[in-house]
This record gives sequence, C-alpha cells and structure tokens, in this order.
Amino acid sequence: MTDSKYFTTTKKGEIFELKAELNSDKKEKKKEAVKKVIASMTVGKDVSALFPDVVNCMQTDNLELKKLVYLYLMNYAKSQPDMAIMAVNTFVKDCEDPNPLIRALAVRTMGCIRVDKITEYLCEPLRKCLKDEDPYVRKTAAVCVAKLHDINAQLVEDQGFLDTLKDLISDSNPMVVANAVAALSEIAESHPSSNLLDLNPQSINKLLTALNECTEWGQIFILDCLANYTPKDDREAQSICERVTPRLSHANSAVVLSAVKVLMKFMEMLSKDLDYYGTLLKKLAPPLVTLLSAEPELQYVALRNINLIVQKRPEILKHEMKVFFVKYNDPIYVKLEKLDIMIRLASQANIAQVLAELKEYATEVDVDFVRKAVRAIGRCAIKVEQSAERCVSTLLDLIQTKVNYVVQEAIVVIKDIFRKYPNKYESVIATLCENLDSLDEPEARAAMIWIVGEYAERIDNADELLESFLEGFHDESTQVQLQLLTGIVKLFLKKPTETQELVQQVLSLATQDSDNPDLRDRGYIYWRLLSTDPVAAKEVVLAEKPLISEETDLIEPTLLDELICYIGTLASVYHKPPSAFVEGGRGVVHKSLPPRTASSESAESPETAPAGAPPGEQPDVIPAQGDLLGDLLNLDLGPPVSSPPLTTSSVQMGAVDLLGGGLDSLMGDEPEGIGGTNFVAPPTAAVPASLGAPIGSGLSDLFDLTSGVGTLSGSYVAPKAVWLPAMKAKGLEISGTFTRQVGSISMDLQLTNKALQVMTDFAIQFNRNSFGLAPAAPLQVHAPLSPNQTVEISLPLSTVGSVMKMEPLNNLQVAVKNNIDVFYFSTLYPLHILFVEDGKMDRQMFLATWKDIPNENEAQFQIRDCPLNAEAATSKLQSSNIFTVAKRNVEGQDMLYQSLKLTNGIWVLAELRVQPGNPSCTLSLKCRAPEVSQHVYQAYETILKN
Amino acid sequence: MIDRVGVFEAVNQAISWALRLRVLAAFSASSASVRRGPGAESLTGTGVGKMIHSLFLINCSGDIFLEKHWKSVVSQSVCDYFFEAQEKAADVENVPPVISTPHHYLISIYRDKLFFVSVIQTEVPPLFVIEFLHRVADTFQDYFGECSEAAIKDNVVIVYELLEEMLDNGFPLATESNILKELIKPPTILRSVVNSITGSSNVGDTLPTGQLSNIPWRRAGVKYTNNEAYFDVVEEIDAIIDKSGSTVFAEIQGVIDACIKLSGMPDLSLSFMNPRLLDDVSFHPCIRFKRWESERVLSFIPPDGNFRLISYRVSSQNLVAIPVYVKHSISFKENSSCGRFDITIGPKQNMGKTIEGITVTVHMPKVVLNMNLTTTQGSYTFDPVTKVLTWDVGKITPQKLPSLKGLVNLQSGAPKPEENPSLNIQFKIQQLAISGLKVNRLDMYGEKYKPFKGVKYVTKAGKFQVRT
Repeated sequence: MTDSKYFTTTKKGEIFELKAELNSDKKEKKKEAVKKVIASMTVGKDVSALFPDVVNCMQTDNLELKKLVYLYLMNYAKSQPDMAIMAVNTFVKDCEDPNPLIRALAVRTMGCIRVDKITEYLCEPLRKCLKDEDPYVRKTAAVCVAKLHDINAQLVEDQGFLDTLKDLISDSNPMVVANAVAALSEIAESHPSSNLLDLNPQSINKLLTALNECTEWGQIFILDCLANYTPKDDREAQSICERVTPRLSHANSAVVLSAVKVLMKFMEMLSKDLDYYGTLLKKLAPPLVTLLSAEPELQYVALRNINLIVQKRPEILKHEMKVFFVKYNDPIYVKLEKLDIMIRLASQANIAQVLAELKEYATEVDVDFVRKAVRAIGRCAIKVEQSAERCVSTLLDLIQTKVNYVVQEAIVVIKDIFRKYPNKYESVIATLCENLDSLDEPEARAAMIWIVGEYAERIDNADELLESFLEGFHDESTQVQLQLLTGIVKLFLKKPTETQELVQQVLSLATQDSDNPDLRDRGYIYWRLLSTDPVAAKEVVLAEKPLISEETDLIEPTLLDELICYIGTLASVYHKPPSAFVEGGRGVVHKSLPPRTASSESAESPETAPAGAPPGEQPDVIPAQGDLLGDLLNLDLGPPVSSPPLTTSSVQMGAVDLLGGGLDSLMGDEPEGIGGTNFVAPPTAAVPASLGAPIGSGLSDLFDLTSGVGTLSGSYVAPKAVWLPAMKAKGLEISGTFTRQVGSISMDLQLTNKALQVMTDFAIQFNRNSFGLAPAAPLQVHAPLSPNQTVEISLPLSTVGSVMKMEPLNNLQVAVKNNIDVFYFSTLYPLHILFVEDGKMDRQMFLATWKDIPNENEAQFQIRDCPLNAEAATSKLQSSNIFTVAKRNVEGQDMLYQSLKLTNGIWVLAELRVQPGNPSCTLSLKCRAPEVSQHVYQAYETILKN
Repeated sequence: MIDRVGVFEAVNQAISWALRLRVLAAFSASSASVRRGPGAESLTGTGVGKMIHSLFLINCSGDIFLEKHWKSVVSQSVCDYFFEAQEKAADVENVPPVISTPHHYLISIYRDKLFFVSVIQTEVPPLFVIEFLHRVADTFQDYFGECSEAAIKDNVVIVYELLEEMLDNGFPLATESNILKELIKPPTILRSVVNSITGSSNVGDTLPTGQLSNIPWRRAGVKYTNNEAYFDVVEEIDAIIDKSGSTVFAEIQGVIDACIKLSGMPDLSLSFMNPRLLDDVSFHPCIRFKRWESERVLSFIPPDGNFRLISYRVSSQNLVAIPVYVKHSISFKENSSCGRFDITIGPKQNMGKTIEGITVTVHMPKVVLNMNLTTTQGSYTFDPVTKVLTWDVGKITPQKLPSLKGLVNLQSGAPKPEENPSLNIQFKIQQLAISGLKVNRLDMYGEKYKPFKGVKYVTKAGKFQVRT
C-alpha cells in the first residue's frame, strides 16, 4: 500500500492510461491518477501532455486532490500558458472561500504560476488577501507580492502593492511582519535604488519587537534586514545590540550567524572603552564555538565566517584555540578550514600547543591536509618570531621522515623562513641539499634553486647543484626555469671566475632555445645588464630584499570590512564581495561598516563610502570600467606586503625608477649593446605600471602659474602641464589641461613620443572619481605616433561615470594604454570645469537658500593680490559660469552675491567683497556640501588672477 | 610563494610577462565584462527567490530519485557538477557542501546515506539552506520512521506535499513537526487502509492552530489520559588524547531532550541544582530567554511530543572528566612485513559508575593486509577492504582489564606506514551526567492535573579520539 505502486508502468503507454484514469467518473480513481502523475513528476518525467486532463480535476471539494492539482500546475503552467488560463476562475473563486487555508493556498499557488496572462487576474484577489482578516492569509499574500514583482515589477508598482506591503510591517501579527520584511528585502534586492525598506528608529523598533515573537526563519529575515540599517549614534547601536544578543542562544545556526553579523557591524560604532563593548566581545565567543559542534556542513560555513571574524577582531576567539584542533575523522573541507584559523590565532602564548598539533597532523594520511599542515608550520615561524627556531627544527624532523611530499612542502616553507629571518637558519642548507634528488614538484624544485642561488657563496658545490638542474632545462616548468636563470646569474655575480660558462649556457638556453616570452625577456635583461655594467647588475640582482611578513595571507582591510557586512552569505563563504559573482551588477550595493559616531575618534573606522555616492544608478558600462581600473591600480607589483597601495608606492616607484632609467639608457644610448643577437623588441616590452599618485602632487602648483591664455569664449583654461613625464612612461610624455566650452568639458591632451619606436593603439580610462568624470568618447589618435612626434587631442568628457569620493576631491586617476604598456598618472582638475551654464540662481531663491544653509557650512577665504574692480571680476567670473545674482555697495565695499552650480547639482553660493584700492578681496562660500568650498575657492583664485 | 620570490628580484619583476599580459588583457577586455573569481561563479542576477530553487535527492550510487522545483524546472544536468565534486572527494563525507556552477550554487548535506542537493540562484545565506535541508531530513525521519530512499519512494506523494508545505517562494512556511502533522497526516498502515476504504484523505483541511499564535510550536486541544513529562540529559564527551595519555582537548556537548505528553496548555519550569554550569546554551524557541537570564530557570510552554529543549557546551578543561584510558603500543618494523598491536583499556574518572558499551574503532594504514589478534574480552573484526578494525569490548570490570593484542601483517615490500592510527572510542555511562549537571525540580502551571515526571541521565563518548 505504498506510493511506489505509482511508479509501475504498463506496456500500453503510460500517458494514455493516465489520461483515461484522470477522466474517470470515480473520485477515488481520479485522485489515484493524479498521484501517479505527481509521482512521475518527482523523478523528472515529462507529463505535461496531461495538462488539460489534470486541470479538469481542479474543481473539487477534496483538499488533497486540489493540492495535488496545484502542485502539477506550478510545475507545468509555464509550458502551457494558454491552458493555464483555464485555471484562473477556480483560483479567483478559491480566494473567496470561507476556509482561510483554501484562500491562502489559492493565492500562494497563483503567485507560483509564472504566466504573464494570469498575473492581471491575480491583482484583485491579491489585494483582498493582503487585507484578509486572517493573518495566515495575509502572510501568504505578502510573499505573493514578491512573487508577482518578480514576474511583473511594473504591475506591482502600478497597483500600489508595495505600499500595502510596507503597511504590513506594522501588522499586529509577528509572522506577517516577518514575511513582509522578507518580501520587501527580496524586492529591494532587485531595486537597490528604491527606498523600499525605509529604516528609521520607529520601524527598527517594530522589527525588534517582531524579532522576539516570530519563527526562526522570520528572525533570519529580520536580522538580515536590521544589518542594513545604520544607527545614528553609538547609543542607538548599543540598544539594538542589546536586543539582538539573545538571538545568539538560538538553536538555529542561521539565526545565530545573522545575529553575529548585526553585532559585528554595529560594534564598529561602539567605543572600545565602553564596558558594553567588552561584554559584547565575551558574548560572541560561545555561540561561534557552538557552531563548531554542529553537522559538518554547518561547521564549514561557520568556519569560513569565523575566519573573517578572527581577522577583524582576533580578541573574540583568542582563548578558544583548542576547539579548532582537528579530529582525524573530520571531513577534509573542515580540516583545512580549521588549520587556517589555527594559524590566524597562533600567538606566543599558544604556539607550543599549536606546533605540537601541526606536527601531529603532518603524519596524517590525507596528503592535501598534510601538505597544508607543513605549510602551516612555516607560517607559524613567520608569524610568531619566538617560535621560529622550534618551527625550523620541527620542519627538519619532518624532512628526516623522507616522505616525499612532506620534504617538498618543508623546503618550500623553509625558503620563506629564510626570507623572513635572513642569516639565521642557513645552517640547515646542507640538510636540504641532501634531498635535492627527491624533489619532483616544480614549486619545491624552484624553492630549492632559489635557496642555492641566494646562498651560493656558502654552498661549495652550488655550481654543480645548479648545473645538474640545467641538463633537463627544457623539460622543467616555467617557474623552475625562471628560478634557474636567476639562480645561476646570482651565482655568477657571486663567483664570477668559475661560473662564466654556466651563465652563458643558461642565458643562451633562455634566450635562444626557449619560446617562452617571459623567460626570453628575463634572459635578455640579464644578458644586457651583465654585458653593460656588471657592477650595476650586481646591485640590481643582489639587491637587499624586503622581509616578507605574516600579513601576506590576510584579506585586504577594505575587503574584509565589506565582507564583515556579508557574514553568513555566500560572499562570506567565498571571501569575495557579491559584486564579484553576481552578474550584471544589478542588485549589488557595496556595503560598508558604519563609521563610529559621537564622542569616539573616527580613525578606527576605515573606508566609509560617502553618503552621497549613488549606488548602481549608472549605466552598466561605466562601473565595469571603474572596477577594471580599480583592479589595475590595485595590482600589487611591489613586495607582497598587503598594506594599502599608497604606503608602498615609494617602494614601487623606486623599483620603477631603477628600471626605467636603466632600461632607457640601455636601449637609447647603446642600442648596439644588444650585440649580435637578432633581437626584435617584443611588441609590448615594458616597465610595470607605476601608481600615478606621486606624480600628481607635482601639479599642485598648477594654479600658481600666472601666464597662460584664457579663451574668452569659455571658462578659464590653465596652460598645459606635464602630467606624465617620458621617464615614467617608456618614452610617452603626456601633458594636458581641462577646458569647458559651451557646456562641454574636455581634456586637452598633448602626447609626445620620446621613445625610439612607433606608438599605436592608444586608449584611456579614468578611475572612479568624485564627480563621475569619464571619457565621453574613445581616445582617438588617428595615425601611429612616430618617434619625436607630438599630437594634440581633445578628449570630450562626460559626468555620468561612476562616482567615488577621492582625496583630494578633485583628484583624477587616469590610465593610458598604448602598444607598449599601461601607464598611470593622477592629476587635479580645476573645479570650475564643472560649473554649469544654468548656475544662475533667482534672487529670492538665493536669499532663501543662503539663510537655509547653516552657518557652520560657511567658509571664508582671502584672495590676495587681485587688483580688480567689481565689474571686471563679475565679467571674468561670468565667463567661467559664476553668476552674479546681486550687487550691493556697503560702506565703500562692493558686495557681489554669486551663485554657481556643479554638474552633480550641488549649488554653491558666494559673497565676494571687493574694496577699491585694496588688492585683496574676501570670499565667503556657503554650500550644503562644505567639502567643495576649498576647491571652489581655488577656482575663484585661478579665474580672478588670469 | 615562488612567484613572490620572483617579484622580489627587482629586475625579474620588471619583465614578468605573465603579469603584463594580464594587465593588458584586463585593460582591453570589454567594459561590460564582469570579474569572476575562480571559486565563485556568476549568478544570474535576476533576483529570483530568496533561497532554494530546486531540490534533488541523490542516493549513494548517484541516482537522482526525487526532484522538486519551487520555481521553474532546473534540468537534472546541473547535478553533474555535484557528481564531479563527489568523484574528486574520494569519500562521500568529503564532498564540499557549497559548490559553484556557472549559473547556480549547489548547497548540499549528507544525511543517512543520502545527499540532499539544493539549487540556489541568488546570494543566500548558506546556513539558512543547510539548516532547512536538515529540517527536511528530520521531517522525513519523523514521518516515515527513517530517512531512506525506500521510505521516500514509498511515500512520494506525502513527500511532495510536505516539501510544498515547508517552502513557499523560498520562504520557509511550516517547518514545525506539530504544525506539519496537522496539515498532512503521517502515514500509518491503519490510515492507509481506512483511507482506501472510505476515500478520505491524509490532508488536513483546517488551518493548524499553532501556525499563527505566539506559540507556533504547540497545537491546541492536546489531550492525554496519562500526562507525562520525561527529560533525558545526554552528555557527549569530545576529546583528543595524545600519545602519552594527556588531554589535548576535551569538552562536553550536552542536550536535554524532552518527551512531553501533557494535555492542554501546560506552562513548565525546570530548574537545576547547578545552573552555573550552563554558560553556553542554545535554546528551543519555546524557552523564555528573559527568565533564564534573570533566574536561571527554564520556563516554557512545551511543544507536544519529542523535541530538544536545550543544547549546551561545557568546555572548561577541569570540568571535563575523562572516564577511560587506553594503554597502547602499535609498531611497524622497518623492512619486515609485520608489526605489533597491543591495546588495553581501563577506567579512569568514572565517578564510580560502570562504563559499558565500549567499542574501539581503528582505521589501520593502507598497507595492513590482515591482523591476527587475541582478546581477553569481547570480539573483534578487521575488514581488509576498508582496513577498519572494530573491537566490541562491552563492560569494563576493573579486576580484569580488557586487552587486544597480536600481529599485524603488512603488504610485503611496501614502505612501513608513516602514520600511527588514531583510536576512536565509544562508551556509555548510565545514570551520570559527567559535567555534574542535575535537575532540581519541574513545576507545572496552567493546568490542574498532576503529571508524571522523570529525568534520565546518560554520558556517552562523542568524538573521543586517542592518538597513538
């Protein structure tokens, strides 16, 4: 008497038989037939041909039969839209049924039928159900709005369902509230700009009340919604935290993790001195640890999140090291995550325990795990200096086991230890060399070669060792080849007399017999370096290397902060922001931790997006460009120190200078130095990109230039300044300026080719910037730019690009590409190019606005050495779109009241006081966005003085 | 790492082709392109649904035997990505729970030899999905007595009805067993006979009473002739003991499971002799948190039937007693095809209670061919295919400690195994909560009858491992 009987088929043809049964007069037979149809559906059989017959069974008093038919409908309505219409009448009728269960069932099912034609019939019943007396029906209807929105968003808006849904947030029944929140969150997700979930202290209070009473799933929706709210100050943050903390004791781990997210985010706003802050830290540890005793799948997700939490606030779990110890029958994915967290928590206090564990793991069965454990020992050595010695001896013990993969991993990590603690552990090199023959993995071979090359002077037979690798040079993987090349060059520089032959051999192998461009290129560079200036070569190749640090494997802080906002989501599992894997950019809002407010210092809260940055409003193309460029700028070409790019830029610049200069002289002065080799410059030979920031600073004196020709027909135009010197850009020199003429902004560029080869394929991109400046057209250089040729280009700009607040506000980071490489520079644009033509404000309006803007937004500046009278100033400013609204004479001083508007709609009101005979004038600026005042002042100064 | 070495060499850094090409590629890539991480694939950003799009049930031999779609139908072929991961994982337990495919994410759990694979299309909290999947498995267990392929196939229509009832548009609808049972009656032999005679159905046609009340976990109108309330305090010791017998890690995972058969709307208060032990607790939603915070009393209106009242963790090292010890000597000789195996097990901190149900499981190294052992107590088996040695010991009598010793035959010519196997130990101690937790009293308010009350304690080994 089980359902498996429904799976039996007859020879005649299943569909045929079912059809007959469905049309039977006997109720019971019908029901059995529908059950058979459903059974077929569960195993993926196509029974859509029975559509009309099944729908005919819909009109019934039997609830089970009705439910079964509904199940069928949901599956197949989409493939038979015309037939599905047949069902509409029954739905509409069921929505009026006295039994709330049937009303809810009908409205729920209707929403699942994703057929456009049906939706219009759905509206009326849905409207009724949203106001139904029974909360069960209301909560079902709330979800239905989300379903309908997914099918036809416009319809939902037109019908006013969104407002009804918002009203349901104040419903008396907590389940209805939870479902309304869930539905609104889902709708909001696809419309990030809409202000659907208008979170304010009142609505937050309602949510917090509902939180205590609704089901576990509803709690998750509410908590996730709360996490999007930014409290106005630390007191509000604390009071929300207090009301959320009890959720940490919930049996449902998803509730717990959502609560952790809210707390981690709002904690950011609390001062560390607060007693409550400490209490909260203590409360967070137990629930996180408890998650680790759940099923392995839950553990995995929890561990990925704990990994983030430990990086953000290590103090939470610092005493809980032991719970991350690995049990031998943990699934491998749990083992690997635990190991990672163990290293993050390792400190001087617990390192002995950790090492003992790691050593234990290194003898386990699972190869991947053993490898990672060995690597972890190395990471401990780098992280906890006091333990380095013990780690090294542990690694040596492991090498003695002679287990092949253990030895290889150990060598790879010992190389890193050498890099962290130079001249300390080299005594172990002899032991390492004994294992040379057993190394068969590229990474281990490369590491060994690096060690031999780096310490060539201490290894008597270094030349023999390296030579032995050279025999099979072409069979090696690229990383081994590159290391071998470098290693032998190092050896040669250290012991030039005995190894001349060897170095020639490797150079010719690399340059002539290899078709790997990386290898060939590196080979040539060494060759030229060595043949031009061996001393310089020594300085370059044997240069002191920066130490590696423990921080290398930490997540970059801004990304970490963003990920903390996504605790519990897929993003937290992959440690990537959702923007990295949600297609189309739709629905992606970058989240950031709230800034600390009130009394506490704000230095602790990194990277808060400017409040005004409108997310996701730009056309798709622009943000993608922005991202791309952001990527380029983040490319870490320097040492792997994961500090923000700016702080490392000096190091990087150093490297670039070294090369840029050296290379130029190599190629420019002595092209014959290439020797007899038939060297053709590869089409993209280049120097790595440098960050443009330091160059940009040279531009700050731009405004002091007093000469220059202002065009009368438009705003003042500064003379061109060199933005990118040829030295930094492989011979490409870029100078330029910004202009504004009849409403259009352009960037006037002058490109000069100071290299010896022809340049082609120019392209330009901007990084996101404060006012969304972006190229409105591609950079058009029509003919190739031959050496010593200069070309002038005017690049039209638009202001619809991605917006990101820059520091300083008018900073613009630019990337220019040509056939040689990509170059970066940054420049400051004068703000007046953003002053729009319709910036003249009506007098009344001016007066009202002036009064309306609070006095603390007023900024006052002195403009010195500007012997102009009021008329001259007015006309000069007018040509740059600063309009004089009114003029007054007070006690011999001329007061000019002026207005201007920026491209992004920000109004700036000004009062300019000019005194005849006094070369200084006073400028008072009022603006709702006071941060622009400084730049407006600079614009004034520039315009008036030119 | 070696990459970084390269980068450090100032010169090498300059001419890293690979890097440069990547930069150029990124620059010239069409601006509409979206960055994709290697681990995370793109989701179609349609914003459809909050969570589970579809569910596939897959057995151990890789047959998809049930599928349910809450939105449009997703082709079975999406499971190929899962099978791929399964193949890579070697062991079924090692299949990663979150897998990304070009257009979907697959989030799965492994329960009772079945995979529950859910298909996800949008950013969704994975724990939410995993918790829900476990709830589905729990419900099957509850309804059919077991969560197996056979049981599911036998009740496929009920399964389908249940799944539809549990999830609507990705929002969990009814997951409480009490409510589900009012909506869809569990199958019983008697009922299916009656149904087939009378034509009545197993679908309830009234709205479940608990669904919307403030106590959604309890149905109204419960009636028993014998009113009973039983509590089981079950504690499991998770521990790692190192070679020398000292404790590397130990904690107690405790739960209090309740079986409540009380009429009406009883309001219960459960208090403990030593509630301070409980500082890391997870509660069933029925428990009034505030009352616990202020008075350390568990106050609640219980669901009807079996449920887990609380789970807790005691980790403070000195509170965790280790009831057994193991003396072991396992060695493999170099260049010979045999080894010695010798373990003895004895009681340690057992609080004067008998330790029973002892089983020792050992995963021997792969090169072990066979084992010739003698035991003083119980019986042992060795499976030469899985290399698992199981020793069923039974009770420990302190007068004569059980031991198992003998020879291990290794594959000849193979190198001696590097790793020594860990011993996994199971045991049970009746009438003892090893943490010392004791229930003080149970009071009932709101109803007039006198219920029958009982508390049972038991301590078991959880993940109790001895390294050798």
